[in-house]
Amino acid sequence: MIVAIGLGPVWVTPPTVLRIIGHHTIGVPEIVSWARTDDAIIWEVRLPRVLLGAIVGTALGVAGVTLQALVRNPLAEPYILGVSSGGSTGAAAAILFGVGSGLGPESVSLMAFLGALGALALVLALARSTGRITPSRMIVAGVAVGYLLSATTSLLILFADSAEGARAVMFWLLGSLANADWSTLPIGYLGMGAGMVLVYWWRRRLDLLALGDETAMASGVDPGRTRMVLVVVVALCVGFAVSLSGGIGFVGLAAPHIARRIVGPIHRHLVPASAALGAIILVWADVAARMVLQPRELPIGVVTGVLGAPVLVALVRKLPHNN
Amino acid sequence: MIAATGIDLRLGASDVLSGARLCTRPGQVVGLIGPNGSGKSSLLRCLYGMLRPNRGAVLIDDKAIESMSQRSIARAIAVVAQDASADGIDITVGEFVLLGRHVHRGDHEGFTDDDCKVALDGLEMVDLSGFAERHLHEMSGGERQRVMIARCIAQQSPVILLDEPTNHLDVRYQHEVLTLVRQLKNDTIVVLHDLNLAGRYCDHLALLDRGSVVYQGQPDDVLRSDVLEPVYGIEVRRLADGQHPYLAFGPLAR
Repeated sequence: MIVAIGLGPVWVTPPTVLRIIGHHTIGVPEIVSWARTDDAIIWEVRLPRVLLGAIVGTALGVAGVTLQALVRNPLAEPYILGVSSGGSTGAAAAILFGVGSGLGPESVSLMAFLGALGALALVLALARSTGRITPSRMIVAGVAVGYLLSATTSLLILFADSAEGARAVMFWLLGSLANADWSTLPIGYLGMGAGMVLVYWWRRRLDLLALGDETAMASGVDPGRTRMVLVVVVALCVGFAVSLSGGIGFVGLAAPHIARRIVGPIHRHLVPASAALGAIILVWADVAARMVLQPRELPIGVVTGVLGAPVLVALVRKLPHNN
Repeated sequence: MIAATGIDLRLGASDVLSGARLCTRPGQVVGLIGPNGSGKSSLLRCLYGMLRPNRGAVLIDDKAIESMSQRSIARAIAVVAQDASADGIDITVGEFVLLGRHVHRGDHEGFTDDDCKVALDGLEMVDLSGFAERHLHEMSGGERQRVMIARCIAQQSPVILLDEPTNHLDVRYQHEVLTLVRQLKNDTIVVLHDLNLAGRYCDHLALLDRGSVVYQGQPDDVLRSDVLEPVYGIEVRRLADGQHPYLAFGPLAR
């Protein structure tokens, strides 16, 4: 993490990174050995960015592994609930038409979060329309709402007729940690952290749900209620993630798969492992995003997609044939 | 002890159960038989709360099932369900059986050494000690079904419900699994398609037809052509087989 903070168009050595962080946190005395610009780059830009990457990556990893158990489908990922599409629509409305500009300087993030909540409410209403939430109903509702909101976002871009606005929305859609700053980090950590604690608390319920609703029920777990609570919690986590960093794809799909290869399918190990891998993948994907075409920055979703696809294909090819 | 009385169940537009009644018998194996679509699995699912009947009562030790938490229902009833294939998760046999202990532990609590011992004892009872580290998907159909039963044993619930536990098993495993079920001496209800297996391994049979239990009694009384022919619409001939009734089937003469 310290190395990742040092990497970028301006390279700062790990000892200097540590001293700068120490200076701001525990009052290590300032030494002339680092430039004022280094201080600003590390403390104001890179550290919040890496911290945001770590929590968003953790949230996406945990959300991915939770949803894969809830819908019993290894292809499930955090955006299957249509939450990211909702976030995108909210952000596009804020960027292109200034909707919600009265909400203050963070209006884009707030609108994205509201959009994500709206999408979740719609998905739950559709998935519950005939009683309990079942995995297949949830997937269909999520995909349908996702398409509807993606179309809405495209319409917004079309009607706004602004090339610059469209570029801004596109960059946002593909995700970026560039907007990280100290003011939004605590909210993100609190929101996502609380959600992840609950997921870990219910780790054994995830094992049982992954085995089937009847088996879960026979083991004392109410699948309908558990699924409902976890879906809302995970969607809120993803809503936070999307509102702070856009729709970063692939981490939530790849992290659980890699984690499963390393620690096996039991969620007591799988949830923390997916969390750690999600954080590592996202922090380093962000390093790549700011290094590859420097000084220009790539959208992080491009990096995770390009690097993640071959990794995932390789993993799936190694799976046993009967699995 | 579980007792279900006057159970009506409507799923979508169809009446699946109407006035069905069934109860466990202490230490005995009750066989639930009937043609496809007669409501056997649905009735079983009502007994452990998977389905909520539209009318009627399910009582577990004289307590209404609606007033009980899912966890306390599971402490009273262990189930080998039809979806119990564990295909979705690449889990070991030991881990799977240990999950049967979930009903006795809080969500946040880890399993104790005692839990591990109970799980290993369960595996020993189904003759699979030494298989704990094997992956479930590496086991044969018969072994897998025994693992499911080991999980029920680890759950230590007095009642066991089994939904077609002999499905997809060859004849040897069918007999092996049902012999095991009998040896457990729990209050057991088992849904079975094969009437000859039902006659051999059950102490009591309940025959379900179009959502109602139309006949109950000892296998000898239920497995008769005059009882079965109107329900199954097939010719039933009873052959002598020592202490168990043995049936042969053929199309009804028109």
